Amino acid sequence: MPTDNSSGAKDISSSSGVTKTVVKSAVVVVAMFAFVFVVMVPLYNVLCDALGINGKTSGEQYQVVEAAIDTSREIRVQFVASNNDGMMWEFHPTDSVLRVHPGGVNDTLFYAKNPMAKAMIAQAIPSISPARAVEYFHKTECFCFNQQHLAAGEDIDMPLQFIVDQDLPADIKTITLSYTLFDVTDMVEAAPTITAR
Amino acid sequence: MGAHGPANKGLMRWITTTNHKDIGTMYLWFSFAMFIMGGAFAMIIRAELFQPGLQIVEPEFFNQMTTMHGLVMVFGAIMPSFVGLANWMIPMMIGAPDMALPRMNNLSFWILPPTFALLASTLFMDGGAPNFGWTFYAPLSTTYAPPSVSFFIFGIHLAGLSSIMGSINIIATVVNLRAPGMTYMKMPMFVWTWLITAFLLVAVMPVLAGAVTMMLMDIHFGTSFFSAAGGGDPVLFQHVFWFFGHPEVYIIILPAFGVVSQIIPAFARKPLFGYDSMVYATASIAFLSFAVWAHHMYTVGMPVAGELFFMYATMLIAVPTGVKVFNWVTTMWRGSMTFETPMLFCIGFILLFTIGGFTGVMLSLAPVDFQYHDSYFVVAHFHYVMVAGAVFSMSAAVYYWLPKWCGKMYNESMGKAHFWISFIGFNLTFFPQHFLGLAGMPRRIPDYALQFSDFNLMSSIGAFIYGASQILFLFNVVRTVVAGKPTSEPKTWEGAEGLEWTVATPAPYHTFSTPPEVK
Repeated sequence: MPTDNSSGAKDISSSSGVTKTVVKSAVVVVAMFAFVFVVMVPLYNVLCDALGINGKTSGEQYQVVEAAIDTSREIRVQFVASNNDGMMWEFHPTDSVLRVHPGGVNDTLFYAKNPMAKAMIAQAIPSISPARAVEYFHKTECFCFNQQHLAAGEDIDMPLQFIVDQDLPADIKTITLSYTLFDVTDMVEAAPTITAR
Repeated sequence: MGAHGPANKGLMRWITTTNHKDIGTMYLWFSFAMFIMGGAFAMIIRAELFQPGLQIVEPEFFNQMTTMHGLVMVFGAIMPSFVGLANWMIPMMIGAPDMALPRMNNLSFWILPPTFALLASTLFMDGGAPNFGWTFYAPLSTTYAPPSVSFFIFGIHLAGLSSIMGSINIIATVVNLRAPGMTYMKMPMFVWTWLITAFLLVAVMPVLAGAVTMMLMDIHFGTSFFSAAGGGDPVLFQHVFWFFGHPEVYIIILPAFGVVSQIIPAFARKPLFGYDSMVYATASIAFLSFAVWAHHMYTVGMPVAGELFFMYATMLIAVPTGVKVFNWVTTMWRGSMTFETPMLFCIGFILLFTIGGFTGVMLSLAPVDFQYHDSYFVVAHFHYVMVAGAVFSMSAAVYYWLPKWCGKMYNESMGKAHFWISFIGFNLTFFPQHFLGLAGMPRRIPDYALQFSDFNLMSSIGAFIYGASQILFLFNVVRTVVAGKPTSEPKTWEGAEGLEWTVATPAPYHTFSTPPEVK
């Protein structure tokens, strides 16, 4: 009794054309899997940083350039602080609104307190609205550049220093800067080298 | 049993088989079983939504049902059913003795049953099955997911592996094993659409695998691809997912286009109108599908330029799709039409798919999408293209080729009854959902405001009718296989064309051991 299905199988798949097609397709599969990690993720981050399209401010300190203060207009800068789901810290801005002139250096403070009975690590993630204002909002000093380590019951006044660029489009009168505080205690313990924002 | 039958008998025949017809049959039965399972989940959803208020299931379980319904229907029912059809028909349509890689073919099928057993087993785990919707947006599917999410991720990896192997096999078969004289532009439309679909699968299933791999790393290995706290971005997930997800919807619908393009000429007794333009239209749809993914995410806060780009690119897809619809209609124009069950399903397909296409154009408009987003309007839209598109054409395909597969004729009256009951049940289920969506009923919610009661009642009754009609389908197919009227006519349908109708009926275990000559 000929076992023709298996011998037939061998004849077809050993043809060189099939092998070539399979190798080419497999290369596409591997390349597309790599594409996700090597191209899509970095490209997304680069584009968002360059264009400021997801409302994130730059994670790096702004190098101050000498510039005249534009006293002809006043911009309202609003501050919002919120806790991410499950985060128990007290967290609020000391000023809810500042009226600032473009070009001037401004300082404000955010207050945080860890009311829990254990030491915790937090990371604040900024977001700016309208997103168009991102490239005109410069931070020379921000608590969001680092993680905050607070012992049980400890509190802290966290500094923020910023400049609104003189080139801010005239139609933008109000900028809202929002911070969300994340509990990263477990993440830091799992992988101590996460990127700070 | 001689040279013409399977080498093993009983269960071992099916486990060890490398025969494309055996594997195709297993794919078709498996996908029908998944269709029934996914359908049962849908029945639970509609039973809960029969009345306002919570009566049958807990909201947590409801979420698991919407998630599992979507996953099982997309990855377990529709995709494997078309792979099964490809296994059965492509070698017979291009005059090849079998698929190019018969052993891999066996493996790609046998991965599926354990995969979906694994996925179904999550229903009985602590914390329940995945409950974050079939689109599994992070961080809902990472930080807030039930523990079973890891099984879900493994299941997606396995299902993707099976799809990739299946599509490499199809590409290798179509490219290398065509009968002498069968040039690319002489291939049947079903073979063309599957070749293009297989390319899409090879290109985007790895992207899906990448997305779930990143989820796995975020959950277990402390990375922050999608976690804002660690410098990641949840919106990134949506970009990666829909970069896979939009080509995926064409993966589902293109083989359906192919089926309809085979069947309509047979019952209109005219060759397919505009064959070349059909090929180019299919290729354009596939090509454009890579440039439209963000129309699923208009509300995430994209720049206006981005919204406009994705809006126009999406509207552009209506052009090749329109070419296809007009070509089918023109094929029927002044044809000597008869209305057997496969033709009825194809005409139903054209009508309902066109409605789904129109609502698709509505959804492509970024300014109005803000109202439709995540509402029942979206649910109605994609069921018009997925169910009336993929499932109707699959039913048509089964009725059309069943006599060739088993040498027995199905019961025509029962087939027609199946069509009319599903047509009425389907429209009763999903047409009112357009109105619900426009009036503001959100999807994936187990309860709703009182003013939505009447349309939801209609929708649930329609769903039960549609569900019952599939039992009739099952009965008709089983009855045909067991006790159908035998037929040995090679050409079951007088107007049918193609190599598959030149072999004996029922199709012998091995066909085209010597390739036919195509002129």
